[in-house]
Amino acid sequence: MIMEKLEIKGVSKSFDGKKIIDDISLSLGQGEIVSLLGVSGGGKTTLFNIISGLTQPDCGKVYLNGEDITGTSGKISYMMQKDLLLPYRTVIDNVALPLLLKGEKKKPAREKASLLFGDFGLEGTQKKYPAQLSGGMKQRAALLRTYLFSKDVALLDEPFSALDTLTKASVHRWYLDVMEKIKLSTFFITHDIDEAILLSDRIYLLSGTPGRITDEIIIEQPRPRPDDFNLTEEFLGYKKRILNSL
Amino acid sequence: MIKKSQNTIRNKLPAVTAVALLLIIWQLICLLGLVPQYMLPSPVDVIKAFISDRELLFKNSLITLQEAFAGLALGVSIGFFAAVLMDRYEIFYKAFYPVMVITQTVPTVAIAPLLVLWFGYEMLPKIILIILSTFFPVAVGLLDGFRSADKDAIGLLRSMGASNSQIFRYIKFPSALPQLFSALRITVAYSIVGAVISEWLGGFGGLGVYMTRVKKAFAFDKMFAVIFLISAISLLLMALVNLAEKKFMPYRKLNKK
Repeated sequence: MIMEKLEIKGVSKSFDGKKIIDDISLSLGQGEIVSLLGVSGGGKTTLFNIISGLTQPDCGKVYLNGEDITGTSGKISYMMQKDLLLPYRTVIDNVALPLLLKGEKKKPAREKASLLFGDFGLEGTQKKYPAQLSGGMKQRAALLRTYLFSKDVALLDEPFSALDTLTKASVHRWYLDVMEKIKLSTFFITHDIDEAILLSDRIYLLSGTPGRITDEIIIEQPRPRPDDFNLTEEFLGYKKRILNSL
Repeated sequence: MIKKSQNTIRNKLPAVTAVALLLIIWQLICLLGLVPQYMLPSPVDVIKAFISDRELLFKNSLITLQEAFAGLALGVSIGFFAAVLMDRYEIFYKAFYPVMVITQTVPTVAIAPLLVLWFGYEMLPKIILIILSTFFPVAVGLLDGFRSADKDAIGLLRSMGASNSQIFRYIKFPSALPQLFSALRITVAYSIVGAVISEWLGGFGGLGVYMTRVKKAFAFDKMFAVIFLISAISLLLMALVNLAEKKFMPYRKLNKK
């Protein structure tokens, strides 16, 4: 059996007696991009909070590289819906923050972070403040910060939902590009069907109350994908299947 | 750069004109003899008094400033620790916040004589009075700032395994800087006023002592000179706080846009 990077087994959680998610089991392989697709308010973020260790599940376990990390934070990098760049720190100091939290000194942390600015398309923004960046650039910086925290597994919670359609298209292209370079195993949440098909190797559908995994779809098209992938029959086939399932 | 300084001049022009106008009107009232000179000295008389007494004023200012700075440093530090404790431990907040509010309802002028009786004519009662009037704005401002910190940003740092002190250092403290500087602007003025008031009630030197002496001599011109000096010192200190704010928060301008 190949060992999965991340495995979630039978996780359930209730708040105030109301069950939000029920018996969720998922897995994520090395270098895989897997998305969790579902309506807003369906418990996706709750699930991510459990995986990242911020919330304790009622039952079920989370394994990272085979090790039980249920309820332990600081193991998996987590990029939240908002970019959450601190307005009072320059881009470089924002991005280097995870290294500082791990106890690295300021200078080496900055140097280490700087090396990746090129790969992430952030050249020349080091000394700027977040307020001086466009929405797309802020997401790039936030993703770089996520990556610097852990090169193992990343959770991205609707990372691109705040962007307008045009910016989104270019950010998607950039995202797949970066992922080719860094091969980060990624779990991401989205409520955008196109985005899910376009970016992921596999899609889990989460629906119903309480949220359950209702379907798992494997996108056969290998990465890197052709630019017009979202216009193909194949793409529409996936979309139809998802719409029917939801 | 040139454009920027032109803008500053244009912004300050109305205020400068207004002050100049008031001074001219005041001088005219005195020149025309509308108020007897012994009751209201003219601006020119005040400047003359200031120049003739400059050495005495300077010496006394140093004493007042010493008291103000000592009180301010302690008051701000105590306010800082009070805010940190109240933010970290709910029980401290519940226990001490009401006490703090009560301390602020007691008029400074009322407790100053008591402090003199207890602690004598030296610097100690003055410093205590300044601490009492400065720690509160700092504590309340900082507490507010700590609580205004972005909850999601704190969650993000927690997900990265940050400790409480790291969250304080990277999120809470920087989030509270605007409130800290607002509080400092108020407290520098309070510290000078507090020092002067407590000197009135007994002391061996300082601008407050100078003030009571010239008052007893009915030297109105010197009285005005020292009043203006106190205002000028407060304004200067506030300007220093503004300068520090710009230095420590260069991003503030950007975020306002």
